Amino acid sequence: MALSLTDKRLRAALLAAPLVIFVAVTFLAPLALMLVRSVYEPAVADSIPATLNALAEWDGRDLPGEEIYRIAGMEFVALNAERRLGSVATRVNRLQSGMRSTMLGTARALGNDPPAGSWRDAMIAVDEDWADVSTWLAISRAGERITPRHYLNALDLDRGAVGEIVAQPEDRRIYVSLLVRTFGISAAITLISLMLAYPVAWLLAHAPPSRAGVLLLLVLVPFWTSLLVRTTSWIVLLQNQGVINDLLVVIGILAEEQRLAMIYNMTGTIIAMVHVLLPFMILPLYSIMRTIPPRHMQAAASLGASFWQSFRRVYWPQSLPGVAAGSLLVFIMSIGFYITPALVGGRTGQLISSMIAYHMEQSLNWGLAAALGAILLLLVVLLYLIYNRLVGIDRMRLG
Amino acid sequence: MFKMKLRQSLHVGFCAAVLFFLVAPVLVVIPLSFNAEPYFTFTEGMLRLEPDAWSLRWYENVLGEGRWLPALGKSLVIGIAATLVSTTLGTLAALGLSSPAMPGRGLIMAVLISPMVTPIIITAAGMSFFYSDLGLGQTYTALILAHAVLGAPFVLIAVSASLSGYNHDLNRAAANLGADGWTTLRRVQLPLIAPGVFTGALFAFSASFDEVVVVLFIGGPEQRTIPREMWAGIREQISPEILAVATFLIVFAILLLAAVNWLRQRDYVRAS
Amino acid sequence: MRSELQTRHSARSEAESQNLPTLTSLTLALALAGISAAAGAQTLTLVSWGGSYGRSVERAWVEPFIEATGIEVQIEDYNGGLAQLRAQVETGNVFWDIVDMPTPDAVRGCDEGLLEFVAAGDLPVGADGAPAEKDYPPGTRSECAGGGIVSATIIAYNDELFPGEKPSTLEDYFDLERFPGRRGMRRVPVVNLEFALIADGVPLDAVYRTLDTDEGIARAFAKLDTIKDQIVFWEAGAQPPQMLADQEVVMTTAYNGRIFNAQILENQPFTIIWDGQVQETSGLVIALGTPRLDIAKRFIEFASSSESLAAISKYISYSPTRYSGNALVSTHLDTGIEMGPHMPAAERNMRRALNSDWFWWADNRDEMNERFSVWLSR
Repeated sequence: MALSLTDKRLRAALLAAPLVIFVAVTFLAPLALMLVRSVYEPAVADSIPATLNALAEWDGRDLPGEEIYRIAGMEFVALNAERRLGSVATRVNRLQSGMRSTMLGTARALGNDPPAGSWRDAMIAVDEDWADVSTWLAISRAGERITPRHYLNALDLDRGAVGEIVAQPEDRRIYVSLLVRTFGISAAITLISLMLAYPVAWLLAHAPPSRAGVLLLLVLVPFWTSLLVRTTSWIVLLQNQGVINDLLVVIGILAEEQRLAMIYNMTGTIIAMVHVLLPFMILPLYSIMRTIPPRHMQAAASLGASFWQSFRRVYWPQSLPGVAAGSLLVFIMSIGFYITPALVGGRTGQLISSMIAYHMEQSLNWGLAAALGAILLLLVVLLYLIYNRLVGIDRMRLG
Repeated sequence: MFKMKLRQSLHVGFCAAVLFFLVAPVLVVIPLSFNAEPYFTFTEGMLRLEPDAWSLRWYENVLGEGRWLPALGKSLVIGIAATLVSTTLGTLAALGLSSPAMPGRGLIMAVLISPMVTPIIITAAGMSFFYSDLGLGQTYTALILAHAVLGAPFVLIAVSASLSGYNHDLNRAAANLGADGWTTLRRVQLPLIAPGVFTGALFAFSASFDEVVVVLFIGGPEQRTIPREMWAGIREQISPEILAVATFLIVFAILLLAAVNWLRQRDYVRAS
Repeated sequence: MRSELQTRHSARSEAESQNLPTLTSLTLALALAGISAAAGAQTLTLVSWGGSYGRSVERAWVEPFIEATGIEVQIEDYNGGLAQLRAQVETGNVFWDIVDMPTPDAVRGCDEGLLEFVAAGDLPVGADGAPAEKDYPPGTRSECAGGGIVSATIIAYNDELFPGEKPSTLEDYFDLERFPGRRGMRRVPVVNLEFALIADGVPLDAVYRTLDTDEGIARAFAKLDTIKDQIVFWEAGAQPPQMLADQEVVMTTAYNGRIFNAQILENQPFTIIWDGQVQETSGLVIALGTPRLDIAKRFIEFASSSESLAAISKYISYSPTRYSGNALVSTHLDTGIEMGPHMPAAERNMRRALNSDWFWWADNRDEMNERFSVWLSR
């Protein structure tokens, strides 16, 4: 009995459903959570509600009144007794360096010795930062449940005294320039890979099948080899006491003290990443070029066109889908690459990924890591859509 | 004519150089891992092929020291479990998506493949938030699920490629012979796409076996896999021990590649 | 480059308000949870730094402790920071019982409720009878820590590369004219900003006050600028001796114990410049909620005695924090050399020594890291 169309649809959908749900839960949900984290940070708001309530009434220009000092002071002391003030102070400290010790020190001092008279005087006596409006602004801003501050931070911006957006001081602007560098390095890697890959893919595509098979293996061996192994290889080859420098010294091209700095800098990042990503350029090019009949070029040549003319007019346009596929794939992978730049990038070869990893693992400023990730994700999704438009994602092939 | 010859030999020379650039750095690690000295370069003795200059000491360290074998075990547990999940789900999804009746095919395919093309640093960050919120940070569960979703696109693509030559009239024929959908799947479709399934599974396993960023972000002290140990080793100070492990991994990669090639040929034979 | 954390409370409330738990993932989670069962209950896990220091800990503390108590101890590698510890405490899945932690991290972990308190009264009295409370120099022990080791970041150079005049002061590290050649430097602001200011003529007691001002920070970076293109950066403590041995740099900042080991055990021609050393302390802390609290406390008590602290100096040149421990420092066990002159706390090494101010760094680490990254990429 032939199934009706509806049954067939249902069957197809049921087969695909488990993976769709799995991807939605274990991949899309984490990405969505990252977007949420980039604007939503309730930890401070949940910890010091009374202080924030009181500050909501405050005009933000003059120092708050005694009442706010008392509420805040008492809340800090109580929180500190439960060992919960540390994390609040850490978060406020990100908005204003020094707040950590201001809050913890004050809570400790007042907890041991509660003020008999004015809390305001007592707090200012412990730490004069309490007589500064910016201290209170920092607490109130850290208490925002939904906040743009991570995005501002990720774009080297900050908020001024009345909430206006201002640029960070020059010596604290890091993320935008790192993003720009990431794009620059990724573009360079993409271009170099394309220039190296195009002739190779051509050779593979138009060689006799037996020889093409062998050559293809040479592309696939590095493709299948662990990324860490390949990065290790480059360290071994390029480092100061490495194989290449040794070789150059032994043959006498370089003197002992002229050894080249080829790794732990941008050069190292570019060389190693081109090596890692080159197969991702060769393989899509190869699969497109295989479909271009060589007789097109021959026909153009027989009509008197020079090699370069016929290449430009006939071959190149037909290979463009492969060029687009390979380039976008390599570019997308480059801008989020972490392992290789972290290991061989040194001072000048780090990408934006290093800052994301730093905030994930070291500073634990997850909101900022999420905002940086979200910005990168937005760019990737844009590129992905272009890719889908140009090539069609379902035409992706494995090597 | 001369110009063409010149151009061709330039072309071949260029390609040879690029292929050398691709393969040589991988292979250079192998002889260096037999260095008797703790250096990362060929000593004079090695070049003169003196037996004393070559040694297996780094391999003895790798096998003897209690770090790499447990790491191998952890990598295998995570890799195999993740591969089972991704192969099952990926194969089913490929079967569903291959049906011409499937609604919204392009969009679904794009979503299902997205884990493969999203920069790993973003994926790892998102997953780190997710699993720590679920209370699953630093567990095998989290890593297996994470690696499974990263591996599933490979299976999906490989099986879809196998199915692209599949004649859907076979389904109808089977149905006419009285087979229900499940029987058709088991007796007709699966045997035909088996090489694709295995290819996808190998890709998925290899992706997990080589993955380190997610392990760094959501793995704990109990989940120190081989790539995690290598990462630590390279960061700290690369010792020739790392080169010995690297040699094992290269051999492993070549075996995987051979297996995939063999499967591809079987697939080709069947299809034709 | 240490980390900040949230308390368990805030993380839990965040989890409640943000997570997207679904039946599917939870079911899978439960199905797979069997794999992640913890190790045996009576094995204590001690997390300490790898390399030669880790081996000293093993020989000075762990082996005698096992002998004395019969309790098994497993040693794991620590890479710094609080991220992993936090994850364990928050999920209630504590693998690490004791961590050998720098004091700034211990203080922060303590503030944020990740560590058990260690009362001074629980620590053994000193060999000279001094109660623990009086035996630790002020500001060197967190309320959550026992143990206590002092290490120093110093400048070291390779003798062979300076056949004539030898560098002898911190200023010489910044003097490319008299002592040309590449410098190794750890890729973090901590210690390096202090070095820069001291070498620029800021008195020791004014270093952190100077760093409190924008001009002071600018001054530190300006000093670093003078050698910037000659700097090779390192990240792990094992790298500086390697870089000196490979002659990749002529001089480098380094941990004094690593250089000591290279000098004594590997006969490397290295010299330490003690002038301007920056000292940091570390201690042993207990993860909050460990099921092995009893034996963890026993270990801390064992390792905090004057004798145990001094025992470390039989293997590596790090000083006991406790005054009473310093009096017991004797000779290197494997070579028999007198350890006194190699210790950070030795009198003649202390002529110009700065105590790292963990309080200042806790407040300013994030901002300084940002500025340091900007400086690096400029």
